[in-house]
Amino acid sequence: MTVSSNALPAAKASLRRTFRDEAGRMLRRLLSNPATAFGLCVIVILVLAAIFAPLLMTHNPLAQNLSNILKAPSAENWFGTDELGRDVYSRLIAGTRITLTIIGLVSIIVAPIGLVIGTTAGYFGGWYDTAMMRITDIFLSFPGLILSLAFVAALGPNLNNAIIAIALTSWPPIARLARAETLILRSADYISAAHLLGASPLRILVKSIVPMCLPSVLIRVTLSMATVILTAAGLGFLGLGAQPPTPEWGAMIATGRNYMLESWWLVTFPGAAILLVSLSFNLVGDGLRDVLDPKNR
Amino acid sequence: MTSRWMQMSWAALRGTMTILVTLLGLLLLTFIIGRVMPVDPARLLVGEDASQAAYEQAVVRLGLDRPVPEQFLRYVGDLLQGNFGISLRTGQPVATDIARALPATIELATFAVLIGAGLGIPLGVIAAVNRNRALDHIVRVVTLIGHSMPIFWIGMIGLIIFYAMLGWVSGGGRISDYYIGLVPEVTGFLLIDSLLAGDWDVFWDALNHIVLPASILGYASMAYITRMTRSFMLDQLSQEYVTTARVKGLSVRQAVWRHAFMNIRVQLVTIVALAYGGLLEGAVLIETVFGWPGFGQYMTNNMLIGDMNAVMTCVLIVGVVFVGLNLLSDILYRLFDPRTR
Repeated sequence: MTVSSNALPAAKASLRRTFRDEAGRMLRRLLSNPATAFGLCVIVILVLAAIFAPLLMTHNPLAQNLSNILKAPSAENWFGTDELGRDVYSRLIAGTRITLTIIGLVSIIVAPIGLVIGTTAGYFGGWYDTAMMRITDIFLSFPGLILSLAFVAALGPNLNNAIIAIALTSWPPIARLARAETLILRSADYISAAHLLGASPLRILVKSIVPMCLPSVLIRVTLSMATVILTAAGLGFLGLGAQPPTPEWGAMIATGRNYMLESWWLVTFPGAAILLVSLSFNLVGDGLRDVLDPKNR
Repeated sequence: MTSRWMQMSWAALRGTMTILVTLLGLLLLTFIIGRVMPVDPARLLVGEDASQAAYEQAVVRLGLDRPVPEQFLRYVGDLLQGNFGISLRTGQPVATDIARALPATIELATFAVLIGAGLGIPLGVIAAVNRNRALDHIVRVVTLIGHSMPIFWIGMIGLIIFYAMLGWVSGGGRISDYYIGLVPEVTGFLLIDSLLAGDWDVFWDALNHIVLPASILGYASMAYITRMTRSFMLDQLSQEYVTTARVKGLSVRQAVWRHAFMNIRVQLVTIVALAYGGLLEGAVLIETVFGWPGFGQYMTNNMLIGDMNAVMTCVLIVGVVFVGLNLLSDILYRLFDPRTR
């Protein structure tokens, strides 16, 4: 008894150490790929820009200056000014907070929904599984943007509804993945052992299955962020997402479109920002897949 | 033999049932979304100043006073009869409106998918053959950018550079105003109609309008097709028959194109079909940028004013097209892949 009570913490500590070593090894492998390292850098910069936005902005992003409209980039206004004399650079920086909000909220909504539906469907099987997978299929039979459009049209166009709509359309792939993982885990010996010990299905799901699905689900969520950013920008562009004067990048492009042939900077910079962030998430997602795919070890 | 036939028909029956359930689900989903809409369709129909009596009449006429399940059944019944409702904005049947808008989108999407497949398949093969070498990395960067770009933005940048600065292409729309209605409408596709009429000016003008939006959409689908082709080819190239072919003395080119490539044709057809469906999504954004009078523009225009009959029909059409394309690629797979027989 005394042996086991000492051995257990020791084993846990050793496990934790292995885990930390493994994580460090993975991070090094991730960073050894220049493309992935670039992507990670951009994401870190994005987060830092959002945190320190008030320090980085040179102007108030909402302050209009009608005597200084549609000015080309200069030392005073680095990325020029828009049709109301607002500083495009400062609006771009302010937009990082909106972009991060979208990404964060969508992940927070999508990961649990996908996990719950996927793991329960995989674990319980039967008609419940069939019904859940049918529903997933129905959602998957629309391209994400179209379904989000429909939801936003129904809920009313604003940023919050756009986030809800994007979340409502991005859980199916996660649920599919969680279900596939659960199907493999379900027949594992340790699950049978837990079952024989009298653990309830809820306990098995929460304690034994969900933690095992978590890593792949998180990677899948990271991968889908590139699409989420593009969909959010598309909704903003169509006037169905963030509404002016919110400095959301897609909405900035939408208003800049009216002046784009004379004032190229209005659409160029916000679009480049969207491209850069979405590209970075794709690069990091690719890198993660390479590192974690057992075929590449 | 009989049991195999039974098995096949059982599989077909199951497949059909799955499709039917999915379609019914699509209907339920669009119906529910349509019901959540805060815009009151009866109010939109009669206008803000209408009397209470006229309003109530409209409510009854639209069936809004009925219980929700009954409304859903009527909705499904109407759709089955090809009655998609009246566009509350134009007063025309939605089906007529969409039938008029669809050829423009199909023309654009077809042009785009030809570009996407025409460039994407060779690029994917080349990338796979040169795995992890410079060429592969270049292709990877090009396709990743294609995946990551906001398509509406690239459309605008394209307009700024090729229309405003260089003047190589025409601006928005399908055709210049003074050419409208010059050629008789046969297929609804301007490029083909003008060729049939032998009117080269119109053809050239239409080509000038379509080439930029189609190239940009084509780039997006090229990114997808290239990636998939590359991974299919990598699977094939790692197999022993390719080595055998090389040992037999075939050149790399022959082993790749005559042997490995032949085995991924079926997969490629399904991928191109899916890419074609994916273009509907891009078309919504690109048509808005280029003022292209197609399906996507019709959808977004109606969305902004809350004409839900029109919007939900559009969403439904996209859903049905996707289910149809998935079914089609499934059937192609079964027909052409000997292993599934």
